[in-house]
Amino acid sequence: MSALLAVEGLTKTFGGIVALDQCSFEIAPGSLAALIGPNGSGKTTAFNVITGYQPADAGRLSFGGRVVRRPDPCRLQRLGMARTFQQARVFPGLSVLENVVLAHHQPWHALLRRRVSVTDRRRAEDLLGEFGLAAHSHVPAGMLSYGQRKLLEFASVLMGEPTLILLDEPTAGVNPVMVDTIEHHIRRCHGEGVSFLIVEHEMSFVMRLCDPVIVLDRGRPIACGAPQEVQNDRSVLDAYLGD
Amino acid sequence: MHLIVQATIGGILIGGVYALLASGQAMIFGVTRTVNFAQAIFAILSAYLSYTLFSDFGVDPFLSVLVLVPTMFAFGSAIYIVFLRRLTRSGAELALLVLYAMAIGIQGTLDYFYKTNTRVISPGYTNHSWTVGGYQISEVRLFAFLLAVVVLGSLHAIRQHTKLGRALRATAQNPTAAQLLGVNVERVSAIAMGLGVATAGAAGAVFGMVVPFNGNSQYDLLSKLLSISVLGGMASMPGTIVAAVILGVVESVVAAKISPDWSAFSFLVVLFAVLTVRPQGLFGRRLRGAL
Amino acid sequence: MTWLGRESRTRPGGALQAFAFLGALAVLPVVMGRHWQVNLLVFTLMYAGLASAWNLVGGYAGYAALGHGAFFGIGAYAMAIGTTHLGVGTGYRPFLLVLPIAVGTALAVVPIARLLLRTRAATFAVLSITVMFMVQTFAYNIRSLTHGSQGIAVPVPPFPFTTFERPFYYAMAILLALTVAVCWAVRSSQLGLALNAVRDDEDRARGLGVQTELVKLIAFSLSAGLTAAFGAVWAYYISYVFPGFAIDPLLSLGAILMAFLGGRHTLWGPVVGAALIVPAQQYFAYRYGASHLYLIAYAALFLIVIYLLPDGILPSTTQRLNRLRTRSRARTTPDLLPMEALNPRGESE
Repeated sequence: MSALLAVEGLTKTFGGIVALDQCSFEIAPGSLAALIGPNGSGKTTAFNVITGYQPADAGRLSFGGRVVRRPDPCRLQRLGMARTFQQARVFPGLSVLENVVLAHHQPWHALLRRRVSVTDRRRAEDLLGEFGLAAHSHVPAGMLSYGQRKLLEFASVLMGEPTLILLDEPTAGVNPVMVDTIEHHIRRCHGEGVSFLIVEHEMSFVMRLCDPVIVLDRGRPIACGAPQEVQNDRSVLDAYLGD
Repeated sequence: MHLIVQATIGGILIGGVYALLASGQAMIFGVTRTVNFAQAIFAILSAYLSYTLFSDFGVDPFLSVLVLVPTMFAFGSAIYIVFLRRLTRSGAELALLVLYAMAIGIQGTLDYFYKTNTRVISPGYTNHSWTVGGYQISEVRLFAFLLAVVVLGSLHAIRQHTKLGRALRATAQNPTAAQLLGVNVERVSAIAMGLGVATAGAAGAVFGMVVPFNGNSQYDLLSKLLSISVLGGMASMPGTIVAAVILGVVESVVAAKISPDWSAFSFLVVLFAVLTVRPQGLFGRRLRGAL
Repeated sequence: MTWLGRESRTRPGGALQAFAFLGALAVLPVVMGRHWQVNLLVFTLMYAGLASAWNLVGGYAGYAALGHGAFFGIGAYAMAIGTTHLGVGTGYRPFLLVLPIAVGTALAVVPIARLLLRTRAATFAVLSITVMFMVQTFAYNIRSLTHGSQGIAVPVPPFPFTTFERPFYYAMAILLALTVAVCWAVRSSQLGLALNAVRDDEDRARGLGVQTELVKLIAFSLSAGLTAAFGAVWAYYISYVFPGFAIDPLLSLGAILMAFLGGRHTLWGPVVGAALIVPAQQYFAYRYGASHLYLIAYAALFLIVIYLLPDGILPSTTQRLNRLRTRSRARTTPDLLPMEALNPRGESE
């Protein structure tokens, strides 16, 4: 079976610093993969390049079996790839409901339709209900707590019915209860057939949730496999502990 | 051919003055992320002050620079402290509008004191020039260029070799990190604003000898400065200097070969042509898709 | 329907407000019939429209456009050239030019807008004003068409002296109503939602599949077209077009000031702002001429608005009203979320 997402020889440098160095890996459909690595190993850059926010210097990206030339966030989203950001990003001036409705991609002529159509509203309300945000749906998103924003960001990404979601540090900066909630939602969506690629620092979270785990070091993958394998990998230990 | 070389020489010399003005603006933008829409009127203000010093007290415009630079430095810092401090980080566009409004207010004030007829500072040596290899080099323009080189050189030295310079560069790169490392970002921003406006002080004094001016000339100058900033890449000092010299040359060659009417416009054509290819300007960082 | 801006809740008063507004527009020149009064009204409506049109880009999309004077000038010159060179005639016929001018400008700006909108924030602000300087250079230099710095005299229409200003007043009123209607339509459609998302976080909006380039382009084009329409009527009213006058940096700044004062992001804010500022502006211009004191007053007013009323009048007042309203509501429904009290954003039902 062909990979859902495949990157080949992805390279990105900033000035003299090599953030991604001939980075190649694949994500199979239906997987719940993690991308880990020490600080500065290029995880976030990999996300930015894969989702089209930063142009790669070299390399090839294919998604859903087709090669994506000049990746662009808008087009990738329409192909079924969505992402969240490290610092939960919501639209502070829009209401919680509007934040979700917005992410439902539409043809251009839909711009003329009502700001929030009845069907969109219903779907968004369902999603907000699942995430426990229904009571806040008319509040400006800027007034939510940080944890709630993380949930809202997650919920709004789902509105676009993606096949692959890239989560950038979903547990960073939220309390343990919220971590459990987020884990629950990831498992639930995964159960419904959505694939994940997760950048995460919190190892216990990765180890109990993800398989496979891809380890990046200095911009290239050094290990890939089940959590236990990776944990016992010599080169991974070296990368984390220093040579 | 002779004409083009002659125009190029003149263009490079005046380009030095533009470079001076524009690099002050680039410095302000780099540190505070605010486009100084008042940079042009600050130069005009300084030109008027220099005019007064010359006509009422007989101070040579080049000497008046020694007074105007510290004055404008203080003025610039004061504006930052009083008006911009609470705006810049939250809304760079708001700060830009405040400076724009201020530029109009200053123009009104200048018009009130000096009236609106155009003036030019003309010390005895205005029309002197040397002939080198058949080309004329105006004394005033050459001195103006040298002044620009000296001021830009000292600015560069400050940035590269002093503690303040390090703080300036650090703040420009990442204000939050700079703050965490013990840089007093507000003070550094005030100083950057002061330095930026001080370059307008130096440039204005000599500008007034080269070009006739009144309060309304600020728009002409502003349009040049803004074009230089965008072409050079907003915060990039080397980019700004290169763009300024390009402007000087393009303008003066077009004025000589085609018509002075189209000289300012020709630069805008260059600007938009470059932008279609590089939206971030010649030396700027990529703005589109920045995270 | 968000009538009073984004802070207000839907009330059935929306249609009522529209009727009241149209009614007031219709009767104003009859009630205030003197020449100077109607003249003042003409300018107030014009600026209300310019500020509303600017708001499409500057408020809804959050792009600080400073060069709308360019489009106003294009409209004004198109009208002047149309009436003099093309022989459209005089009387009411030049008004027929307004719509083609608006549409033409809206389409003509697309290439340049695409270029401008590739940049953001400060760079965009700078480039937009550069466009204005560019148009001004054209106006000065293409003498065969614009008569350069001499300007073009537009034939004065043979309207009866006593009600001379009225046709212009009603032209402005129709344009203003159209502009407000366009703004309302944008706000209450998905286009408005997408624009607001661009304002809040453009990069994330792209990642959620919002066609940011397209929506920005539509807003810019609409805004430019409407601005040109006002320029066209203005040129006929003033009956004289001159580069420094028709393409005036102060015009854009004035419109921005009014939008800020009334409340950016709101529907009626720019109109309220214009109603407050234009009379003062005209008084200053009348009293001191378009001179230095006028400039100083303008700058001072701008600083006052930005520092003392950064959110604008409408949001501040609606906020206060909402707080009062929720306080009384909270007494009856104590289990209401405290967050609800902090201004729910208006939703169209």
